[in-house]
Amino acid sequence: MAIFLNEGSRVVVQGMTGSEGTKHTRRMLAAGTNVVGGVNARKAGLSVDFDGRSLPVFGDVAEAMAKTGADVSVLFVPPRFARDAVVEAVDAGIGMAVVITEGIPVHDTAAFWAHAVRSGRTRIVGPNCPGVISPGKANAGIIPADITKPGGIGLVSKSGTLTYQLMHELRDFGFSTCVGIGGDPIVGTTHIDAIAAFEEDPDTELIVMIGEIGGDAEERAAEFVRDNVSKPVIGYVAGFTAPEGRTMGHAGAIVSGSSGTAAAKQEALEAAGIRVGRTPGEAAALARALLEA
Amino acid sequence: MDLYEHEARDLFAAHGVPVSAGLVATTPEEARAAATAIGGAVVVKAQVKTGGRGKAGGVRFAPSPDDAASAADAVLGMDIKGHTVHKVLVTAASEIAQEYYFSFLLDRANRTFLAMASVEGGVEIEEIAASTPSALARVPVDALAGVDLAKAHEIVAAAGLPVEVAPVVVALWEVFVTEDATLVEVNPLARTKTGEVLALDGKVTLDDNAAFRHPGHAAFADDHAGDPLERAAREKGLNYVKLDGEIGVIGNGAGLVMSTLDVVAQASTELGGSGPANFLDIGGGASAQVMADGLEVVLGDPGVRSVVVNVFGGITACDAVADGIVRALEILGDQARKPIVVRLDGNNVDEGRRILKTADHPLITLADTMDGAAHQAASLAAQGV
Repeated sequence: MAIFLNEGSRVVVQGMTGSEGTKHTRRMLAAGTNVVGGVNARKAGLSVDFDGRSLPVFGDVAEAMAKTGADVSVLFVPPRFARDAVVEAVDAGIGMAVVITEGIPVHDTAAFWAHAVRSGRTRIVGPNCPGVISPGKANAGIIPADITKPGGIGLVSKSGTLTYQLMHELRDFGFSTCVGIGGDPIVGTTHIDAIAAFEEDPDTELIVMIGEIGGDAEERAAEFVRDNVSKPVIGYVAGFTAPEGRTMGHAGAIVSGSSGTAAAKQEALEAAGIRVGRTPGEAAALARALLEA
Repeated sequence: MDLYEHEARDLFAAHGVPVSAGLVATTPEEARAAATAIGGAVVVKAQVKTGGRGKAGGVRFAPSPDDAASAADAVLGMDIKGHTVHKVLVTAASEIAQEYYFSFLLDRANRTFLAMASVEGGVEIEEIAASTPSALARVPVDALAGVDLAKAHEIVAAAGLPVEVAPVVVALWEVFVTEDATLVEVNPLARTKTGEVLALDGKVTLDDNAAFRHPGHAAFADDHAGDPLERAAREKGLNYVKLDGEIGVIGNGAGLVMSTLDVVAQASTELGGSGPANFLDIGGGASAQVMADGLEVVLGDPGVRSVVVNVFGGITACDAVADGIVRALEILGDQARKPIVVRLDGNNVDEGRRILKTADHPLITLADTMDGAAHQAASLAAQGV
C-alpha cells in the first residue's frame, strides 16, 4: 500500500532536462520508479538517454499524461517559472505535484495552492521539499533510496536531512512511505494530511513526525493525532536554540515573538500523548522500543 | 527582509497610500532643516527595526525646528533593545481624532493571506489580541481573488472602521502584492480631525525569495544591521546565523543543523558551557570550497573554542565531504587552530571516515554519533584546548 506513491505510480518530471532534473531522474529510475518522461516546451519531441533508457520529452503536462498515463509530477523548475509549471500540472489534472524547488516567492505558492484547491484534483507536496519515497516501490524527489527498505514506519517531516537521519537510524525496520513536506511558510501537504493517510494505510504500524520552529503546524497536528489517530506516534522537534526573529535556513523556520517555538510544539505534542525525543537519536530509540515490544 | 519605517513609508507613498510629509535626517542639523522644510510642528522618530521605540523615548514631538534638532540630538545614537539609532524620520505632526490598526499578512495555517483590523489602534497588536480580542477582525483574503474595493469594504465593516478607510485598504493590498511583501502593517492608521486617513507608521517585511523580480529592493539592504561575521558569511553565500556561545556548528540541511544546535546546547549546558556559537547550513553539495568558506567563517569567530561538523550524506557522499574537510584545512593552514569534531553518517560513510583517519590531522576528532560529537565538542570547549 504505502501512501501517496506506490509501484503503480507513473512519474513525469517537469524540468527533467536541467542539471538537477537530469541527476535526480537518473536516481529515481535507479530506485525502480516508473518515470515515464519529462516536460520542457522548448525540447518537446526530443528524448533523453538515462543509462540506456530513453525517456521522451513532452511539450506540456497534459500531453505527457495523455501519452503515458502519468499521475505524478516531480518539479525541478527554477523558482521564477515554478508557479506557471505547477498551474500547468494542476490544469492537466495530475493527481500529485511534488515541488522540489527551493526559493519560490510565497505569493506564487499561495497562488498555485489556491488554484490547486479550486481544481480539487491535485495534491501538492512542497515546495522546498525532498519529495516522497515509498521504499522498494517508487521515489518522487531527491530522498536517497538506498538508506532503508520497505517496512512499517510512516514518516512525515519538514526537513530533508532529518528525514534521512531518522530513516538511517531506523533502517533495520524499514518504512512504508516518507513524506518531506518542506520548510516553506506555505506548503501543500501538511503533517496532518500525511498522518491521516498513514492512519488509514495498512502497511504503516507506527508514525514518526518531525517538526521544526515556525508556524503552528505541529500544534494542529498534535490535536489531530489526539482526536483521530489510533497508531502510535513518535515526535521530534528541532530549533530549541533558535533566536527569536531569525530565519534558520528554511524560509518558514522562524520564531515570531512568542509563537512558533520548539518548546510550545513539544509541549503540544506531549499533551496529545505523543512521545517526543529530545534528539533525533532519542526519537529513534522511542520508536525502536515500541516496534520491538 | 524587514524595512525601516521610512522605507515602508516610501513604498506606501509610491502605491497611493496617504502618508504625512516626511524627511530622513542623520544629524540634528538635518533634522532642523527637515522640520523647517516641512513647516509647523513635527514628530522626530527613531528608525530602528524593533518595536517599543515610543516607550524607549525614541519618538518625540517637536513644535519648532530648534526642538526638532534637540530631539534628534537625543534620539540619534540611542540604543533601543540592542539597535543603535543611526537615522530619524521627521514627519509633520497630525491632529489625530482616531487611531486604528491594520495589516495584511501570511496565514500559514490556512495557506492564504489575512487582513487584520481593529478600531483599537496605536498599541501593539499582541496587546490588542490579548486585551480586546473581539475588537480585532480577521478576514481571510483569497490569493487569487485579492482585495478590490468591495472586499475592502467587507474588511472595514468587519472591524467597524469608517468607510473612508476602504480605498486605503486597496492601496495597502497593492503594496502587499506588487512588492511581494509577507507583512504590511500600519499602526496607527489614523483619522485626523480634518477627516483625512493617514498611515502614520509602517512595518513591511519583503519576501527574500522574490528578490529576483524586484531589483529595486536591493537598495533596502542594510549596511548597519547585522554582525560582521554574518556579513562575511553572506558575501560567501553561506547560510549563517551568529549566536552567543562557544561551539561552532557546521552541518548540511536546515533541520539537521537546528537539531545539532539543540544537541550541542544540551551537552554544553551539562558542562557549564555557553552553547552553540552559530548556525551554519552548508547545504546539500558540500564542496571543499564551501567547507573551507564555512570553516573560515566559524573559526574567524573569536568566541569559538571548538567546532562540530555534522553531516548526513544523503545525495552528497561522505567521502566527498571528508575530502572537503581535509582540503579546507589545507586551504586554511595556520588559520585553523581550534579542535574540530566530525560526525559523518549515511552514504559512503566508511570511505569518508577512512579519508579522515588517513589524513590524521591533529585538529580533527571523529565521532560515531551526533550526540557523541556534541558531547566531545562541549568537553573540548570546556577544557579550553
